Amino acid sequence: MNEPARPANTWHEILRQAFKDHDVRLVTYVPDNVLRPLIEGCHADPFFTTFPCVREEEAVGIVTGATMAGMRGVVLMQTSGFATLPNVLASLVVACQVPVVMVVSERGTLGEFNPGQAIVCRTMRPILDSMGIEHHTMTRLDEAAFIADRTIRQAFATRWPACLILSPLLTGGRK
Amino acid sequence: MTETTGNLHVMNRAALTKRLVAGLKNREAVIGGIGNSNWDLWAADRTRGENFYMLGSMGLAAPIAMGVAIAQPKRRVFALEGDGSLLMQLGCLSTIAAQGVRNLCVVVWDNGIYQITGGQGTPARASGTDIVAIARASGIASAAWAADEAEFDALVARALATDGPHLIGVKIDNEPGREQTDRDPIRFRESFMRAMALPV
Ligand SMILES: Cc1ncc(C[n+]2csc(CCOP(=O)(O)OP(=O)(O)O)c2C)c(N)n1
Repeated sequence: MNEPARPANTWHEILRQAFKDHDVRLVTYVPDNVLRPLIEGCHADPFFTTFPCVREEEAVGIVTGATMAGMRGVVLMQTSGFATLPNVLASLVVACQVPVVMVVSERGTLGEFNPGQAIVCRTMRPILDSMGIEHHTMTRLDEAAFIADRTIRQAFATRWPACLILSPLLTGGRK
Repeated sequence: MTETTGNLHVMNRAALTKRLVAGLKNREAVIGGIGNSNWDLWAADRTRGENFYMLGSMGLAAPIAMGVAIAQPKRRVFALEGDGSLLMQLGCLSTIAAQGVRNLCVVVWDNGIYQITGGQGTPARASGTDIVAIARASGIASAAWAADEAEFDALVARALATDGPHLIGVKIDNEPGREQTDRDPIRFRESFMRAMALPV
């Protein structure tokens, strides 16, 4: 929109562009180091209303309200933040069929040093699967635009939440 | 506007919800929190499309209302939340204050108990926690206790006419909700979305 016509060539530019292409204007987050360039990019871009929340479930509530009132939104979080969400996803988002888009930076795999994080990470996909929430793990830059675009498109077309998982293979993860 | 809890009249949630909803003339959105807050909203006017009944996510009435308010800055938005529920999500007061959500008013029904699960006292009652003071300390300057019904009306009028965010604390009795909502979340979402698509 008000971006230069340069093709997006990092994972975070690709995601930001996918948000724009689907008119996702509200960006809420609980921060994570890996997400930093995406968060900073959204803050710097006047297309988006971007702010931090104190809890991930609060952010899901805010995006649910905004979506019902006509403004699409996304929640950015880390794996541990996702693990706090089953109640709100089941009782609000899935029960009401609201297309809340989640982006999770994946910690706890591919070289994790903290045992707790590794266990938390193993809960994420079973939780999503148990509610029928479609999720795609983004591992490669050349596939990133396609996966982000199609996942977000389907969420709004089918009125169902969706989750994009950012693998350390894509982001480099935590060093 | 009353700043302390010393001299508050104990009121009734069903009666005040009815009073609040009857005074809404501009398609204001009202988000009802889990259980009794919802049920008295339903009893007040179940035909109102601008009501959203949040059935399961304790503590999320105010965040949902905040999202509605951000999406539609011209519409006034109310959240009706129990004290026990708000205690679960106190940080949302900081988020609301940080974003300076002008068109949002959170009403807190403070009975000091988890009425719907058997009337157990909250830790906040035992400790003497003042929810309005927490809201102010979180940055919501327009936060006040309603000392009686007339002051409740005045605070609602202020929330409708001036920039917020606003928070109104109300000490209520322990009466359960008067009616129960249907349990039909998809229909609630659909009718609320249809109502939100109409101009203010
Ligand atoms: C996360 C979560 N924990 C516990 C419950 C069970 N629960 C449902 S309503 C409720 C009490 C609500 O208290 P309050 O908001 O003060 O309203 P009141 O019942 O007093 O009207 C509880 C504990 C729940 N639904 N969700």
